Amino acid sequence: MAADAAVVVEKLSKHYRGPPPVDAVKSIDLEVARGEIFGLLGPNGAGKTTTVGMCTTRVVPTAGRVTVDGVDVRADPPGARGRIGVVTQFNTLDRSCTVFENLKYHCRYFGMNHRDAKARAAELLDTFRLADRADANVMALSGGMAQRLQVARSIAHRPVVLFLDEPTSGLDPQSRIALWEVLGALHDEGTTVILTTHYMEEADRLCDRLAIIDYGEILVMGTPDQLKRQVGVETVVTLTLDGDREGAVKALSVVAGVDRTEIVEGEVLVYLAEREGPLPAVVQAALAFGLVDLALTEPTLETVFIQLTGRALRD
Amino acid sequence: MTDTASATAGIRVTTSPRVSYRAAFWGLMVRDTKVLSRSLTQFLLRTVIQPFLFVFVFLYVFPNIGAGIHGPGVASFGTVLLPGLVAVAIMFQGIQAVGLPLVNEFAQTREIEDRVMAPLPTNMVAFEKILFGAMQSALAAVLVFPMVLFFPNSNVHPHVNPVLLVAEIIVACLSAGALGLAIGTGWNPRQVPLIFSLIVIPITFLGCIYYPWASLHTIRWLQIVILVNPLVYVSEGLRGAITPNLQHMPWPVSLGVLILIGAGLAWLGMRGFRKRVLG
Ligand SMILES: Nc1ncnc2c1ncn2[C@@H]1O[C@H](COP(=O)(O)OP(=O)(O)OP(=O)(O)O)[C@@H](O)[C@H]1O
Ligand SMILES: [Mg+2]
Repeated sequence: MAADAAVVVEKLSKHYRGPPPVDAVKSIDLEVARGEIFGLLGPNGAGKTTTVGMCTTRVVPTAGRVTVDGVDVRADPPGARGRIGVVTQFNTLDRSCTVFENLKYHCRYFGMNHRDAKARAAELLDTFRLADRADANVMALSGGMAQRLQVARSIAHRPVVLFLDEPTSGLDPQSRIALWEVLGALHDEGTTVILTTHYMEEADRLCDRLAIIDYGEILVMGTPDQLKRQVGVETVVTLTLDGDREGAVKALSVVAGVDRTEIVEGEVLVYLAEREGPLPAVVQAALAFGLVDLALTEPTLETVFIQLTGRALRD
Repeated sequence: MTDTASATAGIRVTTSPRVSYRAAFWGLMVRDTKVLSRSLTQFLLRTVIQPFLFVFVFLYVFPNIGAGIHGPGVASFGTVLLPGLVAVAIMFQGIQAVGLPLVNEFAQTREIEDRVMAPLPTNMVAFEKILFGAMQSALAAVLVFPMVLFFPNSNVHPHVNPVLLVAEIIVACLSAGALGLAIGTGWNPRQVPLIFSLIVIPITFLGCIYYPWASLHTIRWLQIVILVNPLVYVSEGLRGAITPNLQHMPWPVSLGVLILIGAGLAWLGMRGFRKRVLG
């Protein structure tokens, strides 16, 4: 796969001297195949932005190596920049320029002539439903529009690999789905996409493969299905209890068919190895501890994360 | 080109670095030109008003209230002022066109981000800042020169050495851009008022604008201290190129030192730029 990989990350580390000193990324290895949508999933401060920064020439690694489309990012930053598109976590639109000019000049930076740049900008404005704002100042855009424009700009030069750092945070559900559709279309065209997120549904739905990252380390990596299967759980029962939760955990863990129990953020999670068989016994046991509410779910990436870290990912 | 065919077919991937660097650099220049053209009035006002007020007060108001100032010897004060005001217009432009906007772009707007991600070396992005600032400085010089020269009563009789003048202006403008870059990458927005009181004002007042450097020989310590001020070499160099009948530093000295200072500032500015841009 190595020869065909779009992005190869080898023993990549970043230490910030601080204060406080932080090992933001600790010797991670990754390989993203061409045409893949790859997700970096992790909580705040996990090291997602730092990792993307090192892949996109903006953060100098303390150690390790990144190649994008065969180009060593550190040895040839301009070469790497020519092959990637980047949407950062912050709005970086050119405020001195209009919506149209943001796209047009971006195309110029990437070597298109005046006419091609204009044509490409117009085409993107249509695709991203921004045509009626062409001459607006970017300050006058709503958050969702600004985000769309940033994505449009990032793909304007047809990059081989597209990096998106939390592209949907701050978007309403509709804009989020619209962005997913855009990424789906890029995927169909064969663009490699690497995105970071802390939304589990997003990672689950969008990514071919993903890595869960925490404290600068990759905890697991695989397809969403692989990760969920690896948990070895069929059903998760979430119990909201009035009474003694510690006692409940103890009582529930001996119920037949219960794989594990734990308390996460005030709720008792019961993992069942079978789908429904043990459920009546679980409810029966829980009633003794002031059962208020109960929910059944299949294991999600959240389950995976909780199992790995004992913490919930959602903030 | 359609989207479908394009995903892996990057246009510039096949071109040589030199070609793509040049294209990107040119793109940056085109963008800056467009942005400048939109704020042309602002450019004119900030460029012309200050020197106009100078000549107005010194060459019109003062003589009319009997407080006329003379240059050294028989030279008119206008003769002293002409190169001085062109010099300060050049230097100011570097700070105003490069330095102050950059302070904001780094701190708040992050709008430089997209240009930094263009496929060319970061140093070239920084150098584009210097070059575009230098072009604005040159434009400022072109505006201020005739304004002072043809001001009623200015009484200037220039003996322009065109080759030297062009050389001095090119070096001065690039140095001004480099000064702007050094300031823009070295200071944060809260320090902007300090930029004025610590850099702009002292540089101007002690920049040999209103007096030739040689005439300071009566205050020897001052004459030596102000040698750290790049504006001194711009004023003196332009004096040698425009009004050589007035005392001035020999041009190899003013030009040579200015090149050194300019190179130092460019190095400092580019280093600061890389530091700001790379984590
Ligand atoms: N420029 C910096 N200087 C010092 N420390 C930094 C710097 N940038 C990031 N860090 C630290 O590195 C760690 C990882 O940060 P990073 O921004 O990569 O996290 P993240 O996963 O992107 O988080 P978020 O979800 O909040 O965006 C954090 O502890 C952060 O404080
Ligand atoms: Mg981040």
